[in-house]
Amino acid sequence: MKLDLKNTGNKPTGKFSLGMFTLVICFLYMPLMILIVYSFNESRMMSWSGFSLRWYNSLFFESKNLWRSFGNSALIAVTSATISTIIGTLGAIGLYWYKFRFNKTIKVAAFVPMLIPEIIMGVSLLIFFAGIKLRLSLFTIFLAHTTFNIPFVLMVVMARLEEFDFSIVEAAYDLGAAELQTLTKVILPFAMPGIISGFLIAVTLSLEDFVITFFVSGPGSSTLPLHIFSMIRFGVSPVINALSVVMIAGTVVLAVLSRNVIKYMFQK
Amino acid sequence: MRKKYGPLYVTPLTVWLAAFFVIPISIIVYYSFLTKRPATGGVIHQFSLEAYTALINPLIFRIALNTFWVACVSTVIMIALAIPTAYYMARSKYKNFFLLLVIIPFLTNFLIRIYAWMAILGNNGILNNALASIGLIDSHIQFLYNVNAVILLTVYTYLPFAILPLYSTIEKFDFSLLEAARDLGATKLTAMLRILFPNIRAGITTAVLFTFIPAFGNYAIPQIIGDAGSYMLGNVIARELTVTRNWPLASSLSVVLTTLTTLGVLLFMRFNRSATEGAAAMAAAAKRRQGMRAAI
Repeated sequence: MKLDLKNTGNKPTGKFSLGMFTLVICFLYMPLMILIVYSFNESRMMSWSGFSLRWYNSLFFESKNLWRSFGNSALIAVTSATISTIIGTLGAIGLYWYKFRFNKTIKVAAFVPMLIPEIIMGVSLLIFFAGIKLRLSLFTIFLAHTTFNIPFVLMVVMARLEEFDFSIVEAAYDLGAAELQTLTKVILPFAMPGIISGFLIAVTLSLEDFVITFFVSGPGSSTLPLHIFSMIRFGVSPVINALSVVMIAGTVVLAVLSRNVIKYMFQK
Repeated sequence: MRKKYGPLYVTPLTVWLAAFFVIPISIIVYYSFLTKRPATGGVIHQFSLEAYTALINPLIFRIALNTFWVACVSTVIMIALAIPTAYYMARSKYKNFFLLLVIIPFLTNFLIRIYAWMAILGNNGILNNALASIGLIDSHIQFLYNVNAVILLTVYTYLPFAILPLYSTIEKFDFSLLEAARDLGATKLTAMLRILFPNIRAGITTAVLFTFIPAFGNYAIPQIIGDAGSYMLGNVIARELTVTRNWPLASSLSVVLTTLTTLGVLLFMRFNRSATEGAAAMAAAAKRRQGMRAAI
């Protein structure tokens, strides 16, 4: 009788957890809703004075620097995600598949960058770049982003490979497949969902990063988060309200589109 | 065959992380034992413990204490909010939708989320305007730029880090166990405390780790909406690095921050479960964290 109760959710939960859930969702959304409403405000101030699209106009047509920063962000996101996906995928296959010396050590060490505070990575890279006399630019940001992206890609691809049936590879070998053929015809196609989510995660992390980028960026190499930072330091600006709405909308669209990825990650 | 190609696959990974992670971190440790170059900043390659003795200083001590305070209080609040929330989500019919609902604010740009609160609580923000317009206050109240604002924003930005791992653990929990406990005469609360909590311990550990670590290494939040009194270790590091240009001190502070974080994590895991289990939880945690990011 109780069997079907597991995880079906047809048993009413307590009022307390419902209350807390509602509270948390309101807490998470209230500030975002307010930004959305005030982005259509006529006035420069945070008090309502009438509907207007002027801030959207100034966001899209009068914010050259902002869009240049966005271009930089996009460029870095795509390049660093590509390189980290290649390195991470190869690494995951190597670590998962083959037994060799230091395999375990590398497996553990590769995840350490995820566990140390972001600022430490930013500081250490800044000092390192200064030490090797590498001028801070978009390139140093790319190097930094690739570094913090690699462990995430590695992890996602390894999670995918965990579901893989080794004997298929053995079969490929037995049937005479060469190493490269096994990789391209068997392993990579199977790992593809993991590789794609790894790539998407890397793009997101890169677009989002502020702290590490802050330390490794040089003059003229602003990214979108850095630009937002320089804007919000001077207080409330209606253009940021409009920008926020565009970014929230982008997030919602992406989140809905990749719902399957979410399901895959949480309920396998 | 398997032995032969393994290292080849792993070489790019190893080389990259050695070059851009291991070496930079080692340089920090090395710099922390060097002497500060007096005028221009930077380092002189001469051994010194100055950067460490400079840490024994009431100001740094106060900031370290503040860092602990902010990190601990926000972690406790986040866990307290996250457990019932995740429990409700996991038992709901609409869990996929709720999951999406939690992930969307989480994926929204970090600075935008901070900014949203500036728009609400700022001196010219909505709350002050509203209070003034109904005549409750004459001049604005300063809600931001203090330690409580830093805690509020820390909770706001990292709350999903607590909810998501708890959700994936609770989702796997067999809820009929709770019924069984009730049938055997346990009260609702006892059933929760003695059946649910021990079973979702891995999720709680993960949630604590993934909220405490970023909260402890906080830099952007106190920088934007804090004041001198709510400065955290991350802010001192940034200041010593970019403003004062005392690189040995920035390095020794970084070493201390990393050591304290690691110690905190290890101690917590030690108390919570055996080391191996902890490592497993951490691996699982890492997976969860990546899962959240997978949303986009």
